[in-house]
Amino acid sequence: MSTFTPLPDLPAPSSSKGVVGWMKANLFSSPANSVLSIFAGYIIYISVIPALNWAIFSADWVGLTQDACNRNGACWPFVASRLDFFIYGFYPAELYWRLDLAFLLLALSFGPQFFEAFPYKMKLAVFSLTGLPIICFFLVAGGIFGLEDVPTEKWGGLSLTLLLAYVGIVAALPIGVILALGRRSEMPVIRTFCICFIELWRGVPLISVLFMASVMLPLFLPEGINFDKLLRALIGITMFQSAYMAEVIRGGLQAIPSGQYEAAKAMGLNYWKMMRLVVLPQALKLVIPGIVNTFIALFKDTTLVLIIGLFDVLATVQSAIQDPKWGKVEAEGYVFAAACFWVFCFSMSRYSQKLERKLHRGHKR
Amino acid sequence: MADTSEEQQTKTKTAIWYDPTFRAIAFQVLAGIAIVWFFWYIFDNTLTNMEKRGITTGFGFLDNPAGFGILMSLIEYDETYSYGRTFFVGLLNTLLVSVLGVIFATTLGFLLGVARLSNNWLLAKVATIYVEVLRNIPLLLQIFFWYFAILLKNLPSPRQSMNLNDSVFLNARGLYGPAPVPTDGFFAVWIAFGLGVAAAVYVVRWAKKRQDEQGIQFPAYRSAMGLVIGLPLLVFFAMGMPMTLDYPALKGFNFQGGMRVIPELMALTWALSLYTASFIAEIVRAGIQGVTHGQTEAARAMGLRNGPTLRLVVIPQAMRIIIPPLTSQYLNLVKNSSLATAIGYPDLVAVFMGTTLNQTGQAVEVVGMTMAVYLTISLLISSFMNWYNKKMALVER
Repeated sequence: MSTFTPLPDLPAPSSSKGVVGWMKANLFSSPANSVLSIFAGYIIYISVIPALNWAIFSADWVGLTQDACNRNGACWPFVASRLDFFIYGFYPAELYWRLDLAFLLLALSFGPQFFEAFPYKMKLAVFSLTGLPIICFFLVAGGIFGLEDVPTEKWGGLSLTLLLAYVGIVAALPIGVILALGRRSEMPVIRTFCICFIELWRGVPLISVLFMASVMLPLFLPEGINFDKLLRALIGITMFQSAYMAEVIRGGLQAIPSGQYEAAKAMGLNYWKMMRLVVLPQALKLVIPGIVNTFIALFKDTTLVLIIGLFDVLATVQSAIQDPKWGKVEAEGYVFAAACFWVFCFSMSRYSQKLERKLHRGHKR
Repeated sequence: MADTSEEQQTKTKTAIWYDPTFRAIAFQVLAGIAIVWFFWYIFDNTLTNMEKRGITTGFGFLDNPAGFGILMSLIEYDETYSYGRTFFVGLLNTLLVSVLGVIFATTLGFLLGVARLSNNWLLAKVATIYVEVLRNIPLLLQIFFWYFAILLKNLPSPRQSMNLNDSVFLNARGLYGPAPVPTDGFFAVWIAFGLGVAAAVYVVRWAKKRQDEQGIQFPAYRSAMGLVIGLPLLVFFAMGMPMTLDYPALKGFNFQGGMRVIPELMALTWALSLYTASFIAEIVRAGIQGVTHGQTEAARAMGLRNGPTLRLVVIPQAMRIIIPPLTSQYLNLVKNSSLATAIGYPDLVAVFMGTTLNQTGQAVEVVGMTMAVYLTISLLISSFMNWYNKKMALVER
């Protein structure tokens, strides 16, 4: 008895597999799609290729002076020669180790947050928002434990940018929480005050806040009391960002069902215990992506301090590119500064996207 | 018996500071006193400090002659005008760059947002790279880059200007183009425009009413566009084109006449639009993705094709998600336009909070007025958003 033996399957037509098949499916599936592909290819051809060519292929990489650059592409020796200035500003060279140590501590306390398996994330996060700022401050400013005192006028460069962002983040989060709670409070005086405070800061540009901090704050204080310029900028940035933070956190508070509040009250918890133990842990977890986005905005906004005369990384670049010894190096300087910001902001946004995916349950097709 | 119950009552009666109502009131009174004291303290300090430094108060300075020139002005202005006038010059320049930025950023942002969701792999990747690069770099840095590294370094001097058809010139002083100069009879075109707008509003309302009542469709938006644009054009030609063009011409070292767009405005508009577009793209993408898949499937099941599915089902629902964050991006754009001061574009902050403040020294009044302008703009935009939200919100049972 003859058995039925099916013929082996024919291979898929060569036009539907491999590179050609992929291109057919993803780039040239219809005439309109082909036109779009060609259009996108043209955009890459006129923008990305010249940019890469300038930045990498025709760029000069080694050298110490302007002569090392043939000017067909970027002149990276310029950035290399002023790298210390870009990172440390006017900080005394023999004390760079203190900033390096502060950077290292920051990296060590924030780095593990990106790894799923790390066990002490929560404790580390609390430490990096409470203890670490104090350690970093004394490390950078000096003045105790035999560390040499470094006045704030000498702080600058990328280290100043990171410091502004870090202090802004650490201070804006608790103030934002308080403001958000105040805005949802049942006491009319508190609520009105919080609403006015939040809407006032959110309604004006950061530049005018910084102007106000640098021009008007001295007028507000009694004779004899004066703040450091850096501290004034920090107050401005913190007030501004805490208002945005408050709105983000309010979103989280509104998303907590009222059953949670009622259950907490039924357990006999008072207001602060209810908030601390039941509501805020849930609400903050919900809005972590929004909080990180506020951090990113804050980080980018630190560049504005150069307008009131502080020397952040962009300001150091601005002053270095005017050096006649190097000629036309604007683009190199700005690209370097952009790369610094991009690395930090992009990793933060990736982190927030990861959290968003982790917290997002179901409903996705 | 009565004694014991009274005793119990006094025992269970809690002290007054454990009473929630009393505590709330006491706390608010305390907070109110603290706030009032704080502001009074600041006010008092400010007055004393200003007296010591010999700064006058009040808004009288607004009538004094300004005595400084402004690079660009939409209204008539020179050194002899008052400080009050500089306020309006700055305000109009801020509004100009904001409106231009909103238009360009919205167009580019919607295109990019749709491109990110495209089936076309290459196009989606290009849009993704654009968004990820642009939104993670500070705006101020981008403005500096376009202005100092690109525009100022590459634009030629007026004598070597790039020339298009002898009517449009591009050089380091700006972009020059022919300016329209209305002649006698142009007012008729304005009247026609006004009539067109009124008629368009009427047609749209009438068409909607008829469709609601009888279900008969009418191409309302197309005919409205025709009325708004077509009617003035028709009158314009009927009146024998009552307009001449004023061409720019090189005289000495510079161009005279025509319309001029200064490089600061170009760089600022360009940077603001590109930066904000990357955020708008993300909002548009989130909005379109936020419309549940079931909606698209239902539309397909009804036999709608790709185009009508998007136009009639997905986009109207996506707009509901898009509009609130979109308005806050517009707000950000208006506020970010104040970065103009860093490259010298004469906006409100640069002119009024910069030069005028430095010359008069009246920090409180000047900063207050500037902040009030931005606050008003942001309150206007957010109240519009609330109105729109209410109109568009889902009508639920």
